[in-house]
Amino acid sequence: METVNSSEPSEKVVDEQDVLVEIKNLKKYFPIKDGLFNREKQFVKAVDDISLQIRKGETFSLVGESGSGKSTLGRTILRLQEPTDGQIFFNGKDITNLKKRDMRKIRHDMQVIYQDPYGSLNPRMKIYDIIAEPFRINKTLSGKALEKRVIELMELVGLDPTRRNRFPHEFSGGQRQRIGIARAIALNPKFILADEAVSALDVSVQAQVLNLLVELQEELDLTYLFIAHGLNVVRHISDRVGVMYLGQLVEVGEVEELYKRPAHPYTSALISTNPTPDPRAKREKVILQGEIPSPSNPPSGCRFHTRCPLAQDICKTKTPELVPISEERSVACHFPLIQG
Amino acid sequence: MQPILKVDNLCVDFNSDGKKIRALDNISFDVKQGETVCIVGESGSGKSVTSLSIMRLLEYENGSIASGEILFEGEDLAQKTQHDMRDIRGNDISIIFQEPMTALNPVFTIGRQLMEGVMRHKKVSKDEAYNRALELLELVGINDVKVRMKQHPHELSGGMRQRIMIAIALACNPKLLIADEPTTALDVTIEAQIINLLNELKEKINMSIIFITHDMGVAAEIADKIIVMYAGKVVEEGTVYQIFDEPTHPYTKGLLQSIPTEKEGRKQKLYSIEGTIPSLTDLPTGCRFHPRCEFATDQCRQVEPSLQDVNGRKVACWNYDKVIGKDKVES
Ligand SMILES: Nc1ncnc2c1ncn2[C@@H]1O[C@H](COP(=O)(O)OP(=O)(O)OP(=O)(O)O)[C@@H](O)[C@H]1O
Ligand SMILES: Nc1ncnc2c1ncn2[C@@H]1O[C@H](COP(=O)(O)OP(=O)(O)OP(=O)(O)O)[C@@H](O)[C@H]1O
Ligand code: SF4
Ligand SMILES: [Mg+2]
Ligand SMILES: [Mg+2]
Repeated sequence: METVNSSEPSEKVVDEQDVLVEIKNLKKYFPIKDGLFNREKQFVKAVDDISLQIRKGETFSLVGESGSGKSTLGRTILRLQEPTDGQIFFNGKDITNLKKRDMRKIRHDMQVIYQDPYGSLNPRMKIYDIIAEPFRINKTLSGKALEKRVIELMELVGLDPTRRNRFPHEFSGGQRQRIGIARAIALNPKFILADEAVSALDVSVQAQVLNLLVELQEELDLTYLFIAHGLNVVRHISDRVGVMYLGQLVEVGEVEELYKRPAHPYTSALISTNPTPDPRAKREKVILQGEIPSPSNPPSGCRFHTRCPLAQDICKTKTPELVPISEERSVACHFPLIQG
Repeated sequence: MQPILKVDNLCVDFNSDGKKIRALDNISFDVKQGETVCIVGESGSGKSVTSLSIMRLLEYENGSIASGEILFEGEDLAQKTQHDMRDIRGNDISIIFQEPMTALNPVFTIGRQLMEGVMRHKKVSKDEAYNRALELLELVGINDVKVRMKQHPHELSGGMRQRIMIAIALACNPKLLIADEPTTALDVTIEAQIINLLNELKEKINMSIIFITHDMGVAAEIADKIIVMYAGKVVEEGTVYQIFDEPTHPYTKGLLQSIPTEKEGRKQKLYSIEGTIPSLTDLPTGCRFHPRCEFATDQCRQVEPSLQDVNGRKVACWNYDKVIGKDKVES
């Protein structure tokens, strides 16, 4: 028998006004086609029942191993991919089923910065035209006003406007990433998905781009969904973090606290194995056995049980729900490492 | 102790559309037995070219050794023929690359590729090779070894493929293993497994390792000695403690400061090195780092500093005393 007692931890209630993005029970399944009969009988559950709020002005980061569903979650929130199930709210408005035309307006407010500063820019377009393109597509600015705005944007992201008639290959990786950022902020968006936006950059250049992202966030009041596998970078730039494992969120919390006192054994393993630039740091590492299982056939119960050092019988059969253990922390584990 | 490998004033050129590009300019370092030497530096600094030179794989990429020596156990690899090198590669010196999928042959089983690795250099029977293959798989921490022997590369995960690559590289008990960013494509949890494995192997078989990485965190965990490269030059060399405790070259110092750590406040401005690494076809005069260096003086802009011994390590900088802050102590 279960009773709800008043001291049970509950999530901080965030005023609706302060939430920019909310998703409820979001799912994105990709069909695996049967080679012989072409019947769709199996699915990759890339995003499997995720609920989450992103607050105005914050940086919410997603971490987790390759294939855990971070990019799919980000792309589905922006409806660059259609959700299989669940709801997406942007600024209080349900955008799950918005028609293309209505979605286009909202899309001004939601932009993406991609990982690959080489592949995501058209090599035959001049920098000026790359940055001006969003205005031309939307017919919002032209002539002198457009030129003024492009120059302004180039200055804002730290590019020399006199180089506006050059082509992408004449710029370095960090500079190309700045071009991508200039384009993303062109239409004054509210929300930016940065999917591994600094991952391909060398640390010295990475620091420049991180500084730029933080400055722009303050100046333009941006909200970021930041996807990265570099845990040092995530700690630096985030307010809150969600840890993904096989299509699900296993822990969500405030970044400092989550790094210092992880509640989920998977979070703990991730953080303990993150290489620290200090040869004297003799840390106890939680080295996980094996690899992330296939998302088309995830383990029963807790999906992490096959690699979890704390797993008990119940973990094999019963799926733990993501529940709050304190105002700012939720965890999906039968045996969390901390009790709120 | 005699170093097992001694690279001495090595210069390497590429021929790119008829133009000569000097990718390595007078680099020197050595590797002792059982030592792990990390080569760090940003993209394009010459880390991979260094490893390709030692293996003499440059020739397959329109590159050539212009001058200098690569002494391996006293013999100059730079003077060997490709025929001689075939006996050395995979035998005395092995290399593993970042992308294991491209290095493994997709059509052959893991077992066949391992056994070929064993038989290439040693006269052994098939049975002996098979047993050695099983042993190698166990050594790199793979379970169900007999099943794995029959599988093809695509049936294995990325981390497991990298383990197989390491197993093949170890097939003939190399004295030197060169690992070029072997964990860069892997998740941190798997990277930790591989680093752990290499550290264990090092103790078990007393092999020397050259480990190439751009991640200073990984270098901190695995290196005995660190070589910092910039634009085709070695700019600093020291023990892992020397490099992390007291970086002497402005570039090393900048690299370390650019990494976000717990110490900086969240969202606080990170230290960053302005600008980017120069192109080899358009190198600055004097010190190659001077356009990005906060310590640069006229001397730096005009004369290139050479690598010199300073306090038991090596650095190529005119103003290293200012970098370590000696001037502050004295004044
Ligand atoms: N278009 C697609 N069709 C089929 N499967 C897909 C598609 N996109 C993603 N997947 C699968 O969904 C799962 C999640 O992929 P996703 O790219 O979201 O992971 P990720 O966490 O972003 O990984 P990474 O860190 O490697 O970028 C993976 O198993 C992937 O193979
Ligand atoms: N086959 C080639 N022809 C011409 N130039 C080359 C060739 N291979 C490498 N280079 C040049 O030599 C320099 C050093 O390249 P190298 O691959 O060693 O860099 P790296 O330090 O390994 O970088 P990364 O971290 O990106 O792997 C680069 O400027 C590169 O463009
Ligand atoms: S020699 Fe001069 S420019 Fe070069 S790193 Fe030292 S101080 Fe900087
Ligand atoms: Mg992704
Ligand atoms: Mg390389």
